[in-house]
Amino acid sequence: MLDHILSILIFFPALAAMLGFVVHKDSMRSYGVAVATIEFALSLWLWFAFDSTVSGMQFMEQIALVPTFGINYIVGVDGISLFIVILASFFTMIGIASLGETKDIKNLIITLLFLQMTMAGVFSALDAIVFYVFWELSLVPMLYIIGAWGGPLRIYASVKFFLYTFAGSLVMLVGMLFMAYFYFQATGEWSFAILDWYRLILPESFQLWLFAAFFMGFAIKVPMFPFHTWLPYAHGQAPTIGSVILAAILLKMGTYAFIRFSLPLFPDASVYFMFPIAILAIIMIIYTAMVAYAQKDIKQVVAYSSVSHMGVIILGTFALNVEGITGSIFLMIAHGVVSGALFFLVGVIYDRRHTKYMSEFGGLAHVMPRYATIFGLMMMASVGLPLTINFVGEFLSLLGFYKQSHILTLLAGTAIIVGAIYMLAAYKKMFFGVVTKEENKNLPDVNKRELIALIPLAIITVWLGIYPKPVLGTINTSVESVVSLMHEKAQTQEAKSRIPNIAKEASAAKNSVEEAH
Amino acid sequence: MLSPVNVSIESLNLMTLVPMLIPIVGALLILVIDLFKSEQDRSLYVMLSLLILGVDFISLMDSASVFHKNGTIMGVFDVMLIDGLAILSQFIIVGASMLFIPLALTHKRFHEFSYPEFFALFLFMIAGFQFMVATDNLILIFVGLETASLALYTLIAMHNRDKSFEAAVKYFTMGALAAGFFSFGSMIFYALTGSVEINQIAEVLSANKYADIGFVLVGVVFLLASFGFKLSIVPFHTWTPDVYEGSSAALAGYMSIVPKIAAFIVAMRIFEFLIHSGVVWLEVILYIFVVMTMTLANVWALVQTDVKRMLAYSSISHAGFVMAAILIGTTQSNSALFLYWILFSFTNLGSFSMLWISRQKNLPAHQQSDHSYNKFAGMIKTAPVAASIMALFMLSLAGLPPFGLFWGKMYMVSSAITSGYTVLALIMVLNSAIAGYYYLKLIVYMFMREPIMEDSGHIYSANATLPLKTIIGIAAIGTIFAFLAINQLLEFITMFVYNSGY
Repeated sequence: MLDHILSILIFFPALAAMLGFVVHKDSMRSYGVAVATIEFALSLWLWFAFDSTVSGMQFMEQIALVPTFGINYIVGVDGISLFIVILASFFTMIGIASLGETKDIKNLIITLLFLQMTMAGVFSALDAIVFYVFWELSLVPMLYIIGAWGGPLRIYASVKFFLYTFAGSLVMLVGMLFMAYFYFQATGEWSFAILDWYRLILPESFQLWLFAAFFMGFAIKVPMFPFHTWLPYAHGQAPTIGSVILAAILLKMGTYAFIRFSLPLFPDASVYFMFPIAILAIIMIIYTAMVAYAQKDIKQVVAYSSVSHMGVIILGTFALNVEGITGSIFLMIAHGVVSGALFFLVGVIYDRRHTKYMSEFGGLAHVMPRYATIFGLMMMASVGLPLTINFVGEFLSLLGFYKQSHILTLLAGTAIIVGAIYMLAAYKKMFFGVVTKEENKNLPDVNKRELIALIPLAIITVWLGIYPKPVLGTINTSVESVVSLMHEKAQTQEAKSRIPNIAKEASAAKNSVEEAH
Repeated sequence: MLSPVNVSIESLNLMTLVPMLIPIVGALLILVIDLFKSEQDRSLYVMLSLLILGVDFISLMDSASVFHKNGTIMGVFDVMLIDGLAILSQFIIVGASMLFIPLALTHKRFHEFSYPEFFALFLFMIAGFQFMVATDNLILIFVGLETASLALYTLIAMHNRDKSFEAAVKYFTMGALAAGFFSFGSMIFYALTGSVEINQIAEVLSANKYADIGFVLVGVVFLLASFGFKLSIVPFHTWTPDVYEGSSAALAGYMSIVPKIAAFIVAMRIFEFLIHSGVVWLEVILYIFVVMTMTLANVWALVQTDVKRMLAYSSISHAGFVMAAILIGTTQSNSALFLYWILFSFTNLGSFSMLWISRQKNLPAHQQSDHSYNKFAGMIKTAPVAASIMALFMLSLAGLPPFGLFWGKMYMVSSAITSGYTVLALIMVLNSAIAGYYYLKLIVYMFMREPIMEDSGHIYSANATLPLKTIIGIAAIGTIFAFLAINQLLEFITMFVYNSGY
C-alpha cells in the first residue's frame, strides 16, 4: 500500500466526494470529518514512512498517460513537498470539522473534498502536465466556494479569481510546452517529466523567456505585486473556510512551484531576475503592510498581512541559497498555520456579529477571554515573535537573503516592524478598552467546535516555534540537493558565484574542523 | 463517332464509393418506405438512419484498414481519393451524425421530425459531405458541397418557425454566394493549369514556378472567401449566429461540427500546398484571419444574452483556433486539428443537446429567447445533475484540464510552438482565457444565482427521453475520460495524417 500511498492520498478524497452525493445531508458533516481524518492519518503515515535522510523523490509512481507525447502520471514527494501535503490534509480536516451552520453543507463538503484532491495532486505531481491539470482543477472548487457561499460581491470576486489565475496559468502552459519541445530537440523524445527536465541545460536567453512565462503563472497565484489585486476581493467575499484554505494552501502552490520549477530549471535566469523579483517582493511586503494598516475591516487586515508575508517567502526563495530556501519553505508552512488560524478567528467573530468592521468591536478581551488569548497568540506569531513558528521561517529567509544583499534585507526587516504596528493596532482596537457596543456585551466565547480548529493550530504554532528541527531537517536535506543542482547547472559566472557550491562548503567545513584538531 | 471506352472494372476501384453510397441508398430506402406506407412513427426512421450510419461506419473501418495496408487509394477515374484525411474526417462526420440523429426522439413532438423527408435529406447531406472530403477534384468537391448544403438549408427550414425560415434563407443566400466564389476560384485555377485536380494544380504551378502569381492570388482570394463563408471565418461569419439561433439547438450543434470538418479538409488540401510553396501573402492573410476569428468572435460572445448565441460565437472562435492548424501546416498541427475536432464534437454536441432537452414548445411571456441566461439561473438547486453536466461541458470548452478539449488545445498550441509560431501560440492561449469568461458566466448563473423560474427544474429536462439522455451521457463520458483515450487517438490520427503526406 505504501507504494501507492500518494495516489491514494490524491484520489481517496475524490472518490469519497463522489460517494458523498449518496450520503444524507444530516450525516454529511460526520462523513466529511471521517473522510478528512482518514486522509490526514494517511498523510501522517506518509511522514512516518518518509526517509528524511534521502534528498530525492520518494514514493514515486509512474503510469503512462499519453506516452506518444511524453505525458505520464508521475507522482512523488521530497522534503519540499511533504509538509505542504500534510498541511493540506490537516487543513481540510479541521476546516470540515469546524464548519459552522451554513446552507447547502452537503455541497460544501463535497467541494472541499474535491479541493483536497487537487491540492494533494499539485504538491505531489512530478509531471508538468499532471501538475497543470491539478493546478487548474483547483480553481473550480474554489470558484464554487467563493461564488456560492460568499458575501454580496461574491460573483465578481470569484470570477476575478478564476480568470486572473486562468490567464496566468495558460501563459505558463505555453512555457511548459516550450520546455517539452526543447527536451524533444535535445533528446528526440517528448517528455513532461520534471525530473527529466532537471537534466536539461538551456542557453541563458531561452531561460529568461521561459522563466518569464512560468513567472506569469506563479506570480499571479502567489500573488505577487502587482498581480495581487484579485486576492483582497477573494478574501473579502469568501466564506471563512474558503479564506482559510485559500490562504493556507492554495497560495502556497505559487511559491512551491517557484522552488519546484523556476529555480532548478532556470538557474541562470533566477540569478538574472533575482534583484528585480526581490524588489517586487519588498514592495509587496512594505506596500501591502501599509495598505493593511489603512483597512477598517479586520478580514482585509489579515488578507493584506497574508500577502505581505508571502513577500518574505518569495524573498527567501530568491536568496538562492540553502538557508533562504529552507526558510521560505518553512515559512510557507508557518504562514499556512498562522494566517489560516487568523482567518478562522475572524470567522468566529463574524459568525457572532455578522460584521467585520473593527470599529464595531472594542473591549472584546473582557467578553471573550479565550478568544482574545488565541487571537493574541496568533497575532504575535504573525508579527514574528521569537519562539513562534513564523519567526523561524522569517529569520531564515532574511538570513538567506542577507548573504545576497544587505540593503534589501534591511528594508524587508523594517517591514516586519510595520507588520507589528498594524497588527497591534488592530488588536488594540478590537480587544482593549471598554465595551462600547451593546451587542458586544453578551457575546459567547469560542465554543467546542471552533476550538477543534484553533487548539491544534495554537499547539503547532508554539511547538514548531520552539523546536522546528523535525521539519526543518527534512526540508534542509532536499533543499541542499536543489541548490547543488542549481550550482552545477548554472553557466554564467554571476550565477556560479551567487548560488553557493554546497559540496565545496561541506569540504571546507570539514577541512576547518580537521585544522582545528 | 465516339470510340468505345475501354476500362476494366477493377481499375475503377468502385469500392471507394461504398461509404458514400450507403447513406444514399439508405435515404432512398426511407423514401420508398414512406411511399408504400406513410404515417410511420419517427422512431422507425431514427433507428433506420442509425443502422445505416452504423453500416457506413463499418465500411469506413474497412477502408481504414485497406489504407493502413496499401496507402492512398484512387478510384473511379481517379476522381475519388481515399487517403488518411478522407478517412479520419469521414469517421468524424459519420460518428457525429450517429450521435446527432437520436436527438430527434424528443419528449415533445417537433414539426420537422414527423416527416420522413427529414431523415432522407439528412442522409443525403452526409453523403454529400463524404464526397466532399474524399476527393481531390474541385468539381466533385463542388457537387458534394452543394448536395450537402441544399439538404442542410431544408433541414433548417423544416424547424418551422419564423426565425428558422429567416435562418434558412440567410444561410441559403450566403451559401449561394460561397458556391459562386468557389466556382470562380476553381475556374481560375483551371484556366491557369488546365486541371481541376488539386495535386495536378500544385504540380503545374510549381513546375512553372508560380509564374502567374497574380492570377493565383485572385483564385486564392475567391477560394478563401468561399471557405470563409463555410467555416464562418471573421469577417464572413455574420450569418452564423442568426442561423444557429433559427435552427433547433440539436441541428445548430451539428452544424458547428460536421459541415466545418468537411470544409476544413478541403481547405487543408487546397491551402496547404499554397502555403508551403511560399506564397507569403497567403500566410499573412491566413494569420490575420485566424487571429481575427479567434479574438473578435470571443469578444462578441462576451456580450451575448442568449446561451445559444453565445455558443454560436464560441464555435466560430473554436473554428478560428483550429484554422491555425492549416496555417501552421505540419503533421503535428494537422493531427491536432483532428484530435481537437473529435474532442470538440463530443463536448459541443453535448452542450447543444443540453440546450435541446430544455427546449420549450412555446416561449413563456417573460422570456425573450429560448435559452436566455436567466433561464439557467439557480439550476443547481432545481436540477443538480443537469447543471453539473452543463458545467462540465462549459469547463471543457474553456479548455480546463483534464476535460476533453484541453488535450486538443494543448496539442494545437504545442504544434504552434514547435513550428516557431510563438506569438500565435500566445494569442491562442490568451483567447482561451478570454473565452473562459463567457463559459464561466453560464456556470455563475447556474451555480451562484437564485432561481428565477417558478418551475421546479422540470424545464431543464422537459424534452429528455432515454435516447437523449444516452447521447448526453456518451458526450459527458467522452469529455471526462478523454485523457484515457488521447494516446490511442493521437497515434491513430498521426499515423493516418502522416501517411497521407500532410
